[in-house]
Amino acid sequence: MLLTKEQQAILDGEQGETLAKVMKTMVMYGEAFEAEKLVPITSTYNHLVTSFGLKVMSPVYDLMQQLLDAGVASGQKFSVDPRPLDKNVPANFLQNFVFNKFMYTKQDFYEEQLEKLGLMNEDAFSCTCYMDEVGNKPKKGDVLSWAESSAVVYANSVLGARCNRNSGIIDIMGSIVGYVPYFGLLTDEGRKATWVVRVKTTKKPEAQLLGSAIGMKVMEDVPYVYGLSDWLGEELDDDACSYLKDFGAATASNGAVGLYHIDRLTPEAVEQGESLIAEGAREYIIDDEELARVQREYPVIWKNPDATPKLCFVGCPHLSLAQLKSWTERIEKALAESGHKKVLIPTVLTAAPKVLAAFGETDYAARLKATGVITSYICPLMYMNNPLCKKMPVITSSNKLRTYTSARYYTDDEILQAITKGGKEA
Amino acid sequence: MKQFQGRVITPGTVTAEAVVTTQGFNTLASLQMALQFGDKEVKCGDQNNAELHGKPLIGRALCLPQTIGSTTGGLVLYCACAMHKNPACMLFSGHIDSLAAAGAVLADVWVDGVSMPVIDSLGEEFLAYVKDGMTITVKDGGIVEVA
Repeated sequence: MLLTKEQQAILDGEQGETLAKVMKTMVMYGEAFEAEKLVPITSTYNHLVTSFGLKVMSPVYDLMQQLLDAGVASGQKFSVDPRPLDKNVPANFLQNFVFNKFMYTKQDFYEEQLEKLGLMNEDAFSCTCYMDEVGNKPKKGDVLSWAESSAVVYANSVLGARCNRNSGIIDIMGSIVGYVPYFGLLTDEGRKATWVVRVKTTKKPEAQLLGSAIGMKVMEDVPYVYGLSDWLGEELDDDACSYLKDFGAATASNGAVGLYHIDRLTPEAVEQGESLIAEGAREYIIDDEELARVQREYPVIWKNPDATPKLCFVGCPHLSLAQLKSWTERIEKALAESGHKKVLIPTVLTAAPKVLAAFGETDYAARLKATGVITSYICPLMYMNNPLCKKMPVITSSNKLRTYTSARYYTDDEILQAITKGGKEA
Repeated sequence: MKQFQGRVITPGTVTAEAVVTTQGFNTLASLQMALQFGDKEVKCGDQNNAELHGKPLIGRALCLPQTIGSTTGGLVLYCACAMHKNPACMLFSGHIDSLAAAGAVLADVWVDGVSMPVIDSLGEEFLAYVKDGMTITVKDGGIVEVA
């Protein structure tokens, strides 16, 4: 790898041993991908994926302490993924005991470290840091050092920023040293589509199901999607952005997609069109039956597949303000139809703290509360990532949550039916 | 005995018993429970990986195509190394992915007293040939012997 004089000096230890190790990490990381150079990070803020004070992750906190002790904190402030705990979310005595006394015993300590390392503010905990309310929204062409997979794919695809699917810790190390290796999705070549996806459904496809199907098919490749703008329009308005947020998170978690292009909608597709499609790109056609097949084949790993759901999570990744309002209206209407006053399954809608604050300023907040639905800033994935929750029948419309936990996936319509009209089958 | 030539991601030499997955290795799903609850054998906890689920990973030569799953994967691997609960080596048939590369590099640079050689680009034939229980020897220069 060719380094500039400044980069070489850092690697040689002229700014201290710890910063030299940070630089060595980024150089070795880049060399694994034949990167020829490091390029400057240009975003205003960074975003970290590690938000949880899990006792088992002690080596991470030791490493962070090394960085703090050496005074090599990043010049960039950052947001971070959601907190793992929230008292608003239903949990029994045993769960609370395990969460607070066994699993997340390092939470307070780690949050103190984050503050010293440059956390934007005490509310900057969300996987959807790019929401206007949160304020970490990269510009087109910005080079990032992010790791949260749903945020990376959104930043690349919807915002036109440039970021690889980095791992946790690499995110902060890139930010500290100010450079990331130039490979993959940072390059023009790496942003070319090697799959053409043609959406031929008879209705607007469920975002999280379509993303899942595409992710499982193309894995880490870049898809160019035709037919979706027929349903979403050709403008990146709130509804389209919310849809693409959920769609992208599913492509990233069910596969390993870091970038997608939507014909006539996402910025690079609008600018460059079919020239983004690489020669020899493979084709994947998605119709109603293909989506039904994908959903049908999800494994059900509940101990009792017919169990009555005990909890419902909506909002992984975190919901937008528009989605919170839309869910409020839909739940109210469905409850009115069913004759019930409150939801029949404990239901949690999750969003960024600042999105929830904005929601709280609207009349929708009281209306949603009246339906019995709880709002929270929690990370549902962190809540469920323990043996106790494996035995718990949880339903969700998040394909990311389905992938990483025992939560069972249903479409938004099916979730609405389950929480407002009841029954074991959604 | 058969010899394969790969590319060195992080250096080192070791001899260990093979444990093989032909599907992506989900680092978080595989290691988190074992690390969290102090499983000394570090048995694979990924229920979606029938080839590995329940098998000990500590001290084994983990043969795989790539890692998959959460982007916390790299830091989970780093933690496994820092806690001395890592595989003896990781041997990839194809090009290493960004999460595994991060974990390997972080362990190599930041963890003292632990060596986990990581070799990639060993070829499809490597993964077709190697089976659980075979003896793997990683030599300098990316040479991997399977017996």
